[in-house]
Amino acid sequence: MHPQLSSHPAHGSATDRRLNSMLRHIDPSIASSSLSSMDSQISASPTSGFHGDSVFAHVAQAPEDSILGVTVAYNKDPSPIKLNLGVGAYRTEEGKPVVLNVVRKAEQLLVNDRSRVKEYLPIVGLADFNKLSAKLIFGADSPAIQENRVTTVQCLSGTGSLRVGAEFLGRHYHERTIYIPQPTWGNHPKIFNLGGLSVKYYRYYDPATRGLHFQGLLEDLGSAPTGAIVLLHACAHNPTGVDPTLEQWAQIRQLMRSKGLLPFFDSAYQGFASGSLDADAQSVRMFVADGGECLVAQSYAKNMGLYGERVGALSIVCKNADVASRVESQLKLVIRPMFSNPPIHGASIVATILKDMNMYDEWTVELKAMADRIISMRHKLFEALRAKDTPGDWSHIIKQIGMFTFTGLNSEQVAFMTKEYHIYMTSDGRISMAGLSSKTVPHLADAIHAAVTRVR
Amino acid sequence: MWRRCLWRRGISSSAAGWWDHVGAAPKDPILGVTEAFLADTSPRKINLGVGAYRDDEGRPVVLQCVRGAETKLAGSQFLESLPNAVNTKLVEESVQLVYGKETDIVQERRFAGIQALSGTGACRLFAEFQRRFYPESPIYLPVPTWSNHHNIWRDAQVPVRTFRYYHPDSKGLYFGALMDDIKSAPDNSFFLLHPCAHNPTGVDPNEEQWREISHEFKVKNHFPFFDMAYQGLASGDIDTDSKAIKIFREDGHLIGCAQSFTKIMGLYGHRVGCLSILSVDENQAIAVRSQLQQIARAMYSSPPVHGSLLVSTILGDSQLKALWEEEVKAMVARIIRMRAKLRESLEKLDSPLNWEHITNQVGMFCFSGLSPEYVDHLARKFHIYMTRDGRISMAGVTTSNVDYLANAIHEVTRFGQEDSSQRRSFNAFIPHISYAN
Repeated sequence: MHPQLSSHPAHGSATDRRLNSMLRHIDPSIASSSLSSMDSQISASPTSGFHGDSVFAHVAQAPEDSILGVTVAYNKDPSPIKLNLGVGAYRTEEGKPVVLNVVRKAEQLLVNDRSRVKEYLPIVGLADFNKLSAKLIFGADSPAIQENRVTTVQCLSGTGSLRVGAEFLGRHYHERTIYIPQPTWGNHPKIFNLGGLSVKYYRYYDPATRGLHFQGLLEDLGSAPTGAIVLLHACAHNPTGVDPTLEQWAQIRQLMRSKGLLPFFDSAYQGFASGSLDADAQSVRMFVADGGECLVAQSYAKNMGLYGERVGALSIVCKNADVASRVESQLKLVIRPMFSNPPIHGASIVATILKDMNMYDEWTVELKAMADRIISMRHKLFEALRAKDTPGDWSHIIKQIGMFTFTGLNSEQVAFMTKEYHIYMTSDGRISMAGLSSKTVPHLADAIHAAVTRVR
Repeated sequence: MWRRCLWRRGISSSAAGWWDHVGAAPKDPILGVTEAFLADTSPRKINLGVGAYRDDEGRPVVLQCVRGAETKLAGSQFLESLPNAVNTKLVEESVQLVYGKETDIVQERRFAGIQALSGTGACRLFAEFQRRFYPESPIYLPVPTWSNHHNIWRDAQVPVRTFRYYHPDSKGLYFGALMDDIKSAPDNSFFLLHPCAHNPTGVDPNEEQWREISHEFKVKNHFPFFDMAYQGLASGDIDTDSKAIKIFREDGHLIGCAQSFTKIMGLYGHRVGCLSILSVDENQAIAVRSQLQQIARAMYSSPPVHGSLLVSTILGDSQLKALWEEEVKAMVARIIRMRAKLRESLEKLDSPLNWEHITNQVGMFCFSGLSPEYVDHLARKFHIYMTRDGRISMAGVTTSNVDYLANAIHEVTRFGQEDSSQRRSFNAFIPHISYAN
């Protein structure tokens, strides 16, 4: 995929650096030392269109995003019996995407309100939305909120919140390394790298137990440099579904505070994991309760089904109100050159729901129903594999939490399941339980059984 | 410069916080004006800061075509992120709008297009893309330009250079200097151009000048990047306003273009825009697009659906589109009327200064020539708010406030010396690369 290189003396180092940079994007495995010089055909003198060539002629096709690429492949498959267990997007029993009733209601209210305008939001976003989001994750009675120690800015879903947080840390924080769990959501390292941080991993998942590698986690965080940033999945770890228990969280908190490690929470599944919004926020609240500082990225993509509207928030809990206000002013400087101000529609829907007691209650009921359906799919799949006597211990399917199951299948087995059974999932063996229904569980169980018995 | 803090040893949760060293950032020069305006309690206050259209009662407007699209859409869409469908449709409509439906570019799919978070987002994606593939290259920005352009390319870590554009004495295009700067820039430089309704000056090259610029770009192999935020809002006509781009395309340039639907459709809060980069063939376009998607994926994954559904619904429905074009003409007509009224009122007051530029300049803004001192005076004494470079958003002027505005401007300038104050104003505005935190 990368261009042929021939030995060519007498080309400036600036061009070499440019090529190095370009090649790293095409194929990150190319070490820069392997580049001695350049082919004279490649971008020595970029030309404009009328010479018949583009200045971007050397741009190579970027690899497909591995998660979204699954859906692309699924869509291309002509088979009538196919299953998309790739992207973590909720589906009903009928396999249809869902717009929550309460969301439809909120949208209708907004459309019917002729006094509503489409003016720019402030740089930090919709004020109501920000306050309500903070209350949702930290708790309405959180002292941090009452003491005005929290700054919350509206961002584009979880991704956008993480990116703005990363850019802020890259500029204002003395440690530029973030420790992220092994494994983690595929987009995490890219977000942090492009946001200006370097990434290291801490042990998290133990393939032997298909559970938490707690010892490894404690050791790795214990040996991180003081002040390092640590990414924590607030609940329903993606992709493994393995969460620390509350006791384990307490130990993690203790260790992190004693080493001065800075927590950066990614909360994408509040309410979706256990069905309870408060229960799913316990880890975050534990850290805030000790008076310390942290960052929290919130997403409403899944728990309100607002995937496409990109609704999220970044909160930074600070030592005091004065610091929080200064931090907010700096967050604005990150946001303005990125997108100026955030989109109004999704945040308006969320604010409408969160501030109305009845709508809020309706939401919690619909949310619990989604969480419950996923839990029941877990049990159905587990039962189906047990009934088939599929070799192996499949209890992790019911122990893991949230939208995903880390099956433990290897990439050959996954490829086999895609080819023979038209089942689409990421190659790390992660399946989205939300994509399953009672009707499709048997097909999946068949496929897993076949993969495990026929492919090593 | 990013501030570095002292390394802190946090032994326990009660140790000193991480952010004590973080200084208060200065307010955004444009959006900060609205904040000041909102804080003002005077009933006479006027907001001439941000470029958001107002009707003659000074109220924000939701276009009828937008309401029509909303009604059409209500309750029918799935709210999932749609990496393809909605994005593709929006991109299709956008490129047809700016390049023309029947053009070879569009027919042969020789464009890499991606939906972006309005104009800001489109520029930022391009800046990041430029950095990725031409890491040493600077961007040339006109003097003056929208202040956020400097922030965008700086945050993408692309060095910024400037080229002369506006002449404070003539209050017109500094054409000779502009051509000199194009010629003296190193070959293959990246330039940002406003295709119409230059922000903040309202001064545009005429057709002949555009042709000369395009020709010189060919000679120098420069890359033209257009920031198209006002298509339709300059002259009232969609095609007229994309003439500059047409000229460049006909000359064979493979341009880049950021489009914003913010002002032209009144969708400020929805953040709908598009970035397109032209290519020699479809394969190249696919490659470029894949890179842009990667950049977007690490920034916000995918753009919000609602606004882009509104835009593509309007542009894809012949009735709604016709209605939109009418409403754009009406917005332009009102702004032109306000320009005429303001100039007339100032001249009637026997202002010693020349106010021709108010009606010569094009688009949403008038680059008044008022110095920062006059601007501050207008805010303090008259509760009239504009950016400190003297840029007035004409959309904020109404039949009922135009006389008050004229009187206020006359009051502060009647004894002032035109040339030095206006030149001071202009020079004071030239942005510095080392942007203050």
